[in-house]
Amino acid sequence: MIAATSVLAQAISTGAQPTPISAGTKVVIPSIDWVALLPLLILTVGAIVMVTLTSLMRGRFISRAYPAYTVVVALAALLASLPVWARVQGWTSFGWIDLVPKQPGASTTVGGAVAVDGFSVFVGIVICATVVVTALFLGEYLRREGLDGPEFYVLLLLSASGGLMMAMADDLIVLFLGLETLSIALYVMAAMHLRRVQSQEAGLKYFVLGAFSSAFFLYGIAMVYGATGSTNLVKISAFLSTAVLTKNGLLMLGFALLLVGFGFKIAAVPFHSWAPDVYDGSPTPATAFMSAAVKAAAFAGLVRVFMVTFGSFAEDWKPIVYTLAVLSMVGGAVLAIVQTNVKRMLAYSSISHAGFILVAVSAATERGIQAVLFYLTAYTFMVVGSFAVVSVVGRAGDDHHSLKDYRGLARSNPVLALVFTIFLLAQAGIPFTSGFFAKFYAIIAAVDAREYWLGIIAMLAAVIAAFLYLRLVIAMYMSGPEDAEEPPPVLGPVRVPFGAGLAIAICFVVTLGAGIFPSTLLDPAGKATPQLVTFTPSSSAAGSGSLSGQGP
Amino acid sequence: MSATSVLATEALAPSFPYLPALVLLPFVGTLLIALVPKGRPDMHRLIAIVTSVTVFALSVALLVAFKPGENAYQFIVSQTWVSALDIKFYLGVDGISLFLVVLTGLMFPIALFAAKPQHDEKGYYLWITLLQAGCMGVFLSLDLFLFFLMFELTLVPLYFLIGRWGHGRRVYAATKFFLFTMAGSALMLVAIVALATMAHAGDNGGVSFDLLKVVASGSVSRNAARWIFLGFAVAFAVKTPVFPFHTWLPDAHTEAPTAGSVDLASVLLKLGAYGYLRFGLLLFPEASVWFAPVMLTLGTIGIVYGGIVAAMQRNLKRLIAYSSVAHMGFAIIGIFALNVQGLEGAILVMVNHGIITGALFILLGYIYTRRHTFEIAKLKGLQKPAPIFAAVFTFVMLAAIGLPGLSGFVGEFLSLIGVYLAHRWWALVAATGVIFAALYLLWAYQRTFHGEPDDDNKHFPEMKLSEKLVLAPLLALIVFLGVYPKPVLDRIEPSVKVLVEHVQRANPGLAPADTQAGSDIDPAKVLEGEQVKLENQAGEKSKVDGGSATTVPETGGAGR
Repeated sequence: MIAATSVLAQAISTGAQPTPISAGTKVVIPSIDWVALLPLLILTVGAIVMVTLTSLMRGRFISRAYPAYTVVVALAALLASLPVWARVQGWTSFGWIDLVPKQPGASTTVGGAVAVDGFSVFVGIVICATVVVTALFLGEYLRREGLDGPEFYVLLLLSASGGLMMAMADDLIVLFLGLETLSIALYVMAAMHLRRVQSQEAGLKYFVLGAFSSAFFLYGIAMVYGATGSTNLVKISAFLSTAVLTKNGLLMLGFALLLVGFGFKIAAVPFHSWAPDVYDGSPTPATAFMSAAVKAAAFAGLVRVFMVTFGSFAEDWKPIVYTLAVLSMVGGAVLAIVQTNVKRMLAYSSISHAGFILVAVSAATERGIQAVLFYLTAYTFMVVGSFAVVSVVGRAGDDHHSLKDYRGLARSNPVLALVFTIFLLAQAGIPFTSGFFAKFYAIIAAVDAREYWLGIIAMLAAVIAAFLYLRLVIAMYMSGPEDAEEPPPVLGPVRVPFGAGLAIAICFVVTLGAGIFPSTLLDPAGKATPQLVTFTPSSSAAGSGSLSGQGP
Repeated sequence: MSATSVLATEALAPSFPYLPALVLLPFVGTLLIALVPKGRPDMHRLIAIVTSVTVFALSVALLVAFKPGENAYQFIVSQTWVSALDIKFYLGVDGISLFLVVLTGLMFPIALFAAKPQHDEKGYYLWITLLQAGCMGVFLSLDLFLFFLMFELTLVPLYFLIGRWGHGRRVYAATKFFLFTMAGSALMLVAIVALATMAHAGDNGGVSFDLLKVVASGSVSRNAARWIFLGFAVAFAVKTPVFPFHTWLPDAHTEAPTAGSVDLASVLLKLGAYGYLRFGLLLFPEASVWFAPVMLTLGTIGIVYGGIVAAMQRNLKRLIAYSSVAHMGFAIIGIFALNVQGLEGAILVMVNHGIITGALFILLGYIYTRRHTFEIAKLKGLQKPAPIFAAVFTFVMLAAIGLPGLSGFVGEFLSLIGVYLAHRWWALVAATGVIFAALYLLWAYQRTFHGEPDDDNKHFPEMKLSEKLVLAPLLALIVFLGVYPKPVLDRIEPSVKVLVEHVQRANPGLAPADTQAGSDIDPAKVLEGEQVKLENQAGEKSKVDGGSATTVPETGGAGR
């Protein structure tokens, strides 16, 4: 504690860190780049405004406007990210608007605690897009289940803001703040379905295990702080590149604990046990958001902390990530085979996907980061689209998730069945879908880093996982008698409401679009490199330590 | 002189973009079928037939426009797709792929005419049209990535065709097919990526998936090349199928609907063997020679094992499926004889097997529509009520056995000669396969067509005119290719010679005397001699002009 205070005192004297107010010291408020923070602020303020307004006003009309409002807020945050992207990329014009970027290139703000680089903006956009698509089918879901109320939307926006915070965190404390904001909102969302016991169970389970993992994460931060003397990623990176550690046990323990924390959030085996229960029990839109946005945010943190900051220690953490990747891919795929509940199947498949993304992480190269971003984006739309279908087929009560309930869907809802099939085949990695390229880039990253066996294991795990998706396809298309059409499902055709239809259509277009024109997604992903920019109080654009400079 | 520069000049020549049309037209057809609402089955059928017939016409036009003497890729089309990884929409055709393209063009419309689905017409036509797009893409791709994409694309349509419109244990068969092939291609994807990242064939030493650039770079070490070849080889072995990887085929064939079986046998089984020719030998000339004994052994086992197991079958479709394993064994040993005779024989086996087995499956489909069974025990004495049917069946069956004068003979004979020149003991064992073929087919024929028909089979309907018309072009081709294969060989030979030289250059130890292109044993001459001996009519027998139609440049070729 004494050491910490002395560091703080040092920080006060240099003015480089947010400072506690105490008598006799001059308070230095770091310069804040409001434009770069705008997406985050829009989400947070949007949520707070919603809480305020809905507590003042009541009525049917208002409740109809919740999803639209949420979509507008998320879209605004998404659009607000675009100028930041333009600035980071150093564009001189943006569409028809001429730009004169004030400080082109990546920068850092709020006293070096928040990174403004292509990576944070990219992940932020993905998370905002997840909110948009989720909110589109959330409204109808809540009305169907009789859960109408503003709370779900508020939590969705707050959770997303936590995700954004994680994506742009340049400090382990900010990362932890983001993680908690993201998670706490999600714990509540998981338990939101009042009439389903599984939902309460999911909320509690997610909360207990999530809090447990947060504790691990916090311990990890403490260990890293103890080993390097800072929680700021730039300073940690600078310290590690200059100082020679004679004993690095503390740092290694920090690595391990941080990885446990991240492992819980991305649901990597052996930290996955919460995922099937929570995915199954949570209201389906919450599951969709959980599987897409939490993964994106957690991987953003993982990439920035491990691939970038601890890049010079890649040889130390790579074996752990390698093991996690193999266990998750194979474990997720194998465990999924015996499931009969579609939400649980998708939960295990998401575990397997997490393993696949870890393959790209373990490459520890710039190509690996590009592959992670492509995979996350592709996966977001595949999985949200899939869960949108699941939420529709789940019917009133949200409990028709057995494989039996999908029998004959091809007969009663041919378009829905076909689109779901495309989502599933995309997750299996079939050509001309985004999922194929996602797997392809992950394999390229691994093979490029000379990890041939990992590539082979990954592809074989993908084959095992394909069986899981085929089971769903079989249920929809091939359950009928020979030489006859599929019998329609017992419960009759499902009605696809407009919002869900729109959400599914958006996901479908992105899934096929990125599969046929992968460059449209790959090129931005390639430009979205995370950078560690040293914070200088006067002008925040200074020397950078991007991955390329310190890769293995 | 690099191979690519030769090819670049070729690209300027053609006026009509045959190859993109061949690949993209089925995609357009698929889209159109998808857009026409479900209640219009006639419309779906019409679009599917128009698409496939147009593709067939285009493939014939390609055959006519193809310059026979060239050994380079023709009608090259290249369009950047993913610039960051140098992935291109890169198509080209040479003597090796030409006839497989035409075969694909021919068999799809015939499969469509031969059988109609019982239900869900829209999906059926949609998948069959998409399947054609994938097959065309495989045969025409000169980009490793595009090839893989198309190779994988063929999985989904056939999965649905078997699983939705198949018989009996169709779901099991479809899933088995999907997972087996996907497991094979999974290894191939890693192999392709490893090759591309190791070759550094792109600009500034970057990644490139351009086949010819990768071949030209030649910077993959010998050991790595062997491992990567293994990755490719397993994928192709599953698809071909080569002996221990064949178990999905009998199931898939037995349960598939008629059109699915026809396309599977005629076209899809060729994808793997073609992969060995186009990618295995070209990319890994050294590894191909190193692995040749293994592949020859597996091919020979496939021939013998396929023959023996086929003889034991009680289900006609399963019998033909195992016969496919045996026949594709001839293609494999021909390829890994690694000489001109063997390679030409292998390509002919592929084309002829496509035609003959396609015809056999169509005939089995006709039997099924009449009797709703493939069980040999339930069929008896069909010759009495349906003599024409029996005659046609006999004809196709004799071609499958490899009767001289019919097309089945030519390829198997050449392929055996090739193997005999290179590794004679394998040829001796493999030759027994011909005897097995006679055994299982004649025995099956005897049990189903001979004897007195029982009550169930007494009223077996005779062949209809429409059915005769569907089979007529195949029968004509069986005779034509059996009697006069020269036009085909003329077009295959230049490309094959270049490929063989390419392999020999990489393996200086390989005895050139046996395998020298255009040496004392010229494939076309051998065939003619054999035909004279067998007193088959070979009226148009003409001498192969000296050194055949081409002069192979000393250094040129498909790549180094």
